[in-house]
Amino acid sequence: MNARLLAGAALAALTIGTVASGPALAQGKLSGDTVKIGVLNDRSGLYADLGGEGSAIAARMAAEEFGNKILGKPIQIVTADHQNKPDIGSNLARQWIDQDGVDVIVDVPNSGVALAVQEVTREKKTVFLMEGPATSRLTGDACSPTGFHWAYDTHALAVGTGRAMVQEGGKSWFFLTADYAFGHQLESDASAEVKKAGGTVKGAVRTPLNTSDFSSFLLQAQSSGAQVVGLANAGGDTITSIKQAAEFGLTQSGQQKLAGLLIFLSDVHALGLSVAQDLVLTTGFYWDMDDEKRAWSKKFGERHGGKMPTMVQAGSYSAVRHYLKAVEAAGTDDGPTVAAKMKEMPVDDMFTKNGKILANGRLIHDMYLARVKKPSESKGPWDYYQILRTIPGAEAFATLEESGCKIAAK
Amino acid sequence: MMGTIFGIPPQALFGQLLLGLINGSFYALLSLGLAVIFGMLNVINFAHGALYMMGAFVSWLLLTQLGIGYWWSLLLAPVIVGLFGVLLEKTLLARLYKLDHLYGLLLTFGVALMVEGAFRHQYGVSGQPYPIPEALRGGQNLGFMFLPNYRGWVVVASLVMCLGTWMAIERTKLGAYLRAATENPVLVQAFGINVPRMVTLTYAFGVALAGLAGVLAAPIYQVSPLMGTNLIIVVFAVVVIGGMGSILGAVVTGYGLGLLEGLTKVFYPEASNIVVFVIMAVVLMIKPAGLFGREK
Amino acid sequence: MTLHSHSAPAGAGPASVQAGGLPLARIGGVVALAVLVVAPFILYPVFLMKVLCFALFACAFNLLIGFAGLMSFGHAAFFGSAAYVTAHTVKVWGLSPELGILLGALCAAGFGLIFGAIAIRRQGIYFAMITLALSQMVFFIALQVPFTHGEDGIQAVPRGTLFGLFDLSQPLTMYYTVLAIFLFGFAVIWRTVHSPFGQVLKAIRENEPRAISLGYRTERYKLMAFVLSAALTGVAGGTKAIVFQLATLTDVTWQMSGEVVLMTLLGGMGTLTGPVVGAALVVTLENYLAATNLPVPVVIGAIFVICVLLFRRGIAGEILARFGKGRS
Repeated sequence: MNARLLAGAALAALTIGTVASGPALAQGKLSGDTVKIGVLNDRSGLYADLGGEGSAIAARMAAEEFGNKILGKPIQIVTADHQNKPDIGSNLARQWIDQDGVDVIVDVPNSGVALAVQEVTREKKTVFLMEGPATSRLTGDACSPTGFHWAYDTHALAVGTGRAMVQEGGKSWFFLTADYAFGHQLESDASAEVKKAGGTVKGAVRTPLNTSDFSSFLLQAQSSGAQVVGLANAGGDTITSIKQAAEFGLTQSGQQKLAGLLIFLSDVHALGLSVAQDLVLTTGFYWDMDDEKRAWSKKFGERHGGKMPTMVQAGSYSAVRHYLKAVEAAGTDDGPTVAAKMKEMPVDDMFTKNGKILANGRLIHDMYLARVKKPSESKGPWDYYQILRTIPGAEAFATLEESGCKIAAK
Repeated sequence: MMGTIFGIPPQALFGQLLLGLINGSFYALLSLGLAVIFGMLNVINFAHGALYMMGAFVSWLLLTQLGIGYWWSLLLAPVIVGLFGVLLEKTLLARLYKLDHLYGLLLTFGVALMVEGAFRHQYGVSGQPYPIPEALRGGQNLGFMFLPNYRGWVVVASLVMCLGTWMAIERTKLGAYLRAATENPVLVQAFGINVPRMVTLTYAFGVALAGLAGVLAAPIYQVSPLMGTNLIIVVFAVVVIGGMGSILGAVVTGYGLGLLEGLTKVFYPEASNIVVFVIMAVVLMIKPAGLFGREK
Repeated sequence: MTLHSHSAPAGAGPASVQAGGLPLARIGGVVALAVLVVAPFILYPVFLMKVLCFALFACAFNLLIGFAGLMSFGHAAFFGSAAYVTAHTVKVWGLSPELGILLGALCAAGFGLIFGAIAIRRQGIYFAMITLALSQMVFFIALQVPFTHGEDGIQAVPRGTLFGLFDLSQPLTMYYTVLAIFLFGFAVIWRTVHSPFGQVLKAIRENEPRAISLGYRTERYKLMAFVLSAALTGVAGGTKAIVFQLATLTDVTWQMSGEVVLMTLLGGMGTLTGPVVGAALVVTLENYLAATNLPVPVVIGAIFVICVLLFRRGIAGEILARFGKGRS
């Protein structure tokens, strides 16, 4: 037995040795000869449509503006799927930085994964450009000197939708909250805003993640008599809850309004206007606002099957572009140096004009309150939003002091 | 509608019970298919959830690609899923009957991963919208709640299917062959009945039921590659509680647990996800073969 | 009624235990160990540690399926709950890593006892279904209790210092610690399989009524095997939490239970080394696929189907069966 056992052990070890050497050999050594951009996001799951390949395309479009070269050296873009698992995400990020010489990590939707990757990039002093994740903790208690939060966050969503809805007359609220950290935070941020604006919160119900049937929760929302039903959830949960709210006649009665706290253009596209109509939401970007945005979005659409960019994808472009400009200005791809440079320079592109980055990495830019058009109002494909008002950046995002970020105090 | 029951307003109670019944309709349809398959093939069809998803996707594809509407889908999608089942049984499952039944479970697990992965790769997971058919839009105000017509239809359709299947197996000649073949395939074969074909058709029928449930679900839930994954484990628990292979057990337990889940949502919503599993553990400790099962 | 009645049980019988000692095989073992010791200088240590954690997980799972004939489809519950307990005790209570892993293993063993008590009376497919449902319950508990932080998981777990001496934030120190833990787990399994206890388990696997008639209280043996397997799974889960510095829902999902089944099946059920080979292959494959556009689940599913149809002995099983044929 020993014989066979040991032979087997040898076999096992050799398998590990030979098989495992594959990925290592395939990866180049870290070198300063390139700037390597790693787009790490969900490419097959819940958030694939709001970021996914679209974010990679946006990053490539930014690199192309520099002729794919910076300081005379090539820019490389790699992508990977974190499958919405914090362990896979942090492992990939670690390996990218340790082994593949990746200089900057981009996107990373899903707050849980982003928090995990933030730990890695903090330890490795690597620049981390976040467009996909929502939680404002990323520039709060979990902030990092090299972490940047670009397109939106839970605070901005709460301020935008919460305050605006109260001002429009939706005084009493009931929340459908996805039962995990992101949902809880969104609910508490939004509740605070509602109360601050003079509204009341009649109640909330916690719904398990990926609930396929919201009917019983909607029943509770209905019987609460609240004027506004706030959806503190994301992705598939948001889509399902909106669809089923329509089915149960929640909004048709005219007594209740739905407020989606986190809704992307891709969600509206998936729902269809007949279901999503009149939904009020907050977004950091809408393609059809001015000529510059339209022109860029059209180019993006040509490369992405005609789809218009979400705020995450547009944000990825803006963030990568700003990063590259900072590398150019700093003359190095050293993480902390570039990060400091990024915070010095204003962000000026089609995404935002004169955007400023706080010490905690939060990009301050205007947010927009939008209403989803009725099918009769929509003039063509992707004509989905009517912009109700602009929320100035200073109002939408938390200040440095409010954020609770410790490095900011220094 | 005055007063309360156990401190709960009757509106909420009746509303949740009705919703529970609707959920139970899906549990019953799916566990019925599983039970039929298990009874005949002794295979736990792990791919059941994937095939349910496939049913929903087929009807969505029929609508968007070919313009074929809901009512035809109700017939076509189960047939297509059933044919896929025939293929699956003939090419893969049939090779495993002489081995331990666990291999059937493992094989169908692999199939489930493949089917779900393929749809996920192709269509993403945001979910595709499927409109409620014109005739079933709107709803009834029942006083205690607003019942969408479509959900009422789901309960009726599922009840009819479950009853029909039960009758077919318990009361017809074909059903008698089927039951006999489950007990003693060799003997039934000796009587000149083509047992392998019967096995294939049984599997096809079982997965067609899953496909049908998928079509029924399409207008309610988003048509998403993950819709089956979330449901299948609960349905497994339903089958275990009902007694594996017991048709009646699967149907009764399906509806019963739906109602019970509804009740839990009224009294202690946090536990609504685990109540099925708690019941399962309790039932197994008292009756290891399940409520309607026979100890082998 | 076991998965093994058709395949040649690798290394059966007490006789073969004494039959070993061939210089060639000894050399093989030494080479294996040497490779493992040198590996982190060539390969990415974090990757190797992941392989070792999953290898131990698969070995522990295999103890049950391969040697007691019990197919659990709920092992993720032990793996994941241990990861959570380790992560929480180390991060929030400030315990040392070795204590954290120990507590994780204890928690897993506790769940193992509960699962076992409920499931052990049933066999085969029933046993699989019951463990699956129970583990799903653990999943929902993990989703809802506050200390696990739901979707986000427990993050930024400090690696700490082992026994107050070794600084685990050094990759190599961490690697050799994981290697030591793996070897310890492997040794426990090896000892168990070759002890009288292991022989009784095999007897139960082959013919339970006969074992009962010989006077063995088979349920008690099976329960002990179950708890041991759960505890070792817990060690793997706790170690993984320290290595990756996080514990998340991924580790408790039923897909994780499926994954460990695949590793064991691919490597070879009922062989000691098979699960190690299987774990190495699956982890490597997933690493590769993550960087490509191929859909991971489809490939994994296809391997599953191929294994069940063609390679029921698994890789190590096939090789050892051939190797063993000429010998015995």
